[in-house]
Amino acid sequence: MDKPLTLKSNRTLQITYNLPISRTSKFWEGLKEGKIYATKCEKCGRLHFPPVADCGECGSSNMKWIELDGEGEIETFTQVVVKPASFSKESSYIVAIARLKEGVKALAWLIGVEREDVEVGMKVRLVARVTSDGRVAYEFVPI
Amino acid sequence: MGHSRFGDRSDVNLSELTFEAVQPSLEESGLTAKEIPYVAVGSMGVWSEEPLPAVVIAEYCGLTGAGLVRCEAACASGSAAAFTAYSAIASGQMESALVVGAEKMRQIDTPTVLEMIGRAGYYLWEFENFGMTFPAYYAVHAVQHMEKYGTTEEDLALVAVKNHRYGAMNPLSHLQHEITVEKVLGSSVIAWPLKLYDCCPITDGAAALVLASEEKVKELGVEAPVWIEAIGYSSDTANLSKRENYVGLEASVRASRMAYKLAGISPKDVDVATVHDCFTIAEIMAYEDLGFCEKGEGARMIREGETEVDGRIPVNIDGGLKAKGHPIGTTGVSMLAELTKQLREEVKPRRRQAPMKNYTALAHNTGGTGHYGYVTILRR
Repeated sequence: MDKPLTLKSNRTLQITYNLPISRTSKFWEGLKEGKIYATKCEKCGRLHFPPVADCGECGSSNMKWIELDGEGEIETFTQVVVKPASFSKESSYIVAIARLKEGVKALAWLIGVEREDVEVGMKVRLVARVTSDGRVAYEFVPI
Repeated sequence: MGHSRFGDRSDVNLSELTFEAVQPSLEESGLTAKEIPYVAVGSMGVWSEEPLPAVVIAEYCGLTGAGLVRCEAACASGSAAAFTAYSAIASGQMESALVVGAEKMRQIDTPTVLEMIGRAGYYLWEFENFGMTFPAYYAVHAVQHMEKYGTTEEDLALVAVKNHRYGAMNPLSHLQHEITVEKVLGSSVIAWPLKLYDCCPITDGAAALVLASEEKVKELGVEAPVWIEAIGYSSDTANLSKRENYVGLEASVRASRMAYKLAGISPKDVDVATVHDCFTIAEIMAYEDLGFCEKGEGARMIREGETEVDGRIPVNIDGGLKAKGHPIGTTGVSMLAELTKQLREEVKPRRRQAPMKNYTALAHNTGGTGHYGYVTILRR
């Protein structure tokens, strides 16, 4: 079969989103200070992580900030080998979901350990991180 | 109904591809394009150039003037479109409607496709810093299912082997070759423990269905009509971390229970099913979530051949998403088209035709990582 004819469009588009974080700024500022915050609904008591400014459970917007200890246990994980375009410069990375002792769960990279040594039930700690290019994030490290 | 050939369809653009499905569906129904009052299009559409796929498709197929909507429920967009049209007819608003699934995914490079789908979890909390991909979202389910129920990588491979076998029998299927367990296990790791052959391909494809009320069907004199008996629906959290566990998809459980109740049937009444096997683990979880077996028994079903064409409940005997292909917004419509053929007992080759006892079929279509759940029961 002949190779299908296609017209290569030269209208390229680079999209950069600006993500509004005013209402959860304490969380993002906290990461720079090495702290991980969740929000707790003052009305119904629900603890939210990732943090939210409004409680979808009861409808209240009266939230307080709670610092998390970060200790938790891995419930599941994977290693991303084939990466999306914007992560192409990264080495393969392990992503884990862990339940923290406060009851909420988090999804983050697990660093400092080989995939072969990771197990469900492994104890980890969620820690804040500022990357070399200035991005604020958080990651799991083995305890 | 109509259904294009799935695969790398760089030979056609989105409108031309969709015409391949729309035109036969109209011809079969006895309605012309001008008589269609409403068109619901299932499409994600970020991988091809038209941001409003529904309008260009409608113009190309002569449907301009009809009521028109593009439905988005990620990989369940096709079912959402079917639900939109079904509800409009059931409400008495109209007597017929056209459901279209249309997707051209192969106009951009693979890492960008992975990027676009990976972003479709919860972008802010799962992608921005952590680069989750769709194989990765299902891999975390595989890891927990394996840990909790002893499901193995070989069990996952058996799903791929089965679906490729039927895909090879289906002339509309993207992947037309059979594979072995060894080939699956030896394929490159995409997101551990999922390997290349655990994943569905990136596919172009279109499908279309004409839906009509009972009266309209009588008026048109349709022979052997297939009826939508019920559509069940549900959803789940955007954040994976907000779910209780990763051994199944709660939206599938809830949508299927709703569909069974509305149709007044139980899983054992289903003669044939299409389930959302975007990854091999997804088919095993679907067996369990849909109540085809007890929780944790999914791997046993595939090992014992219960979902083969001559098994207790034949599943994905068109090749499934795994081999037929998964053009995102088209999949739900494609499932209903395949089941319509099954219920009419006109599948060719005959060895791909499921035996009919109750003339009842089930389509299970999931969007995102179980974010959207639709289960449709068809009956003849």
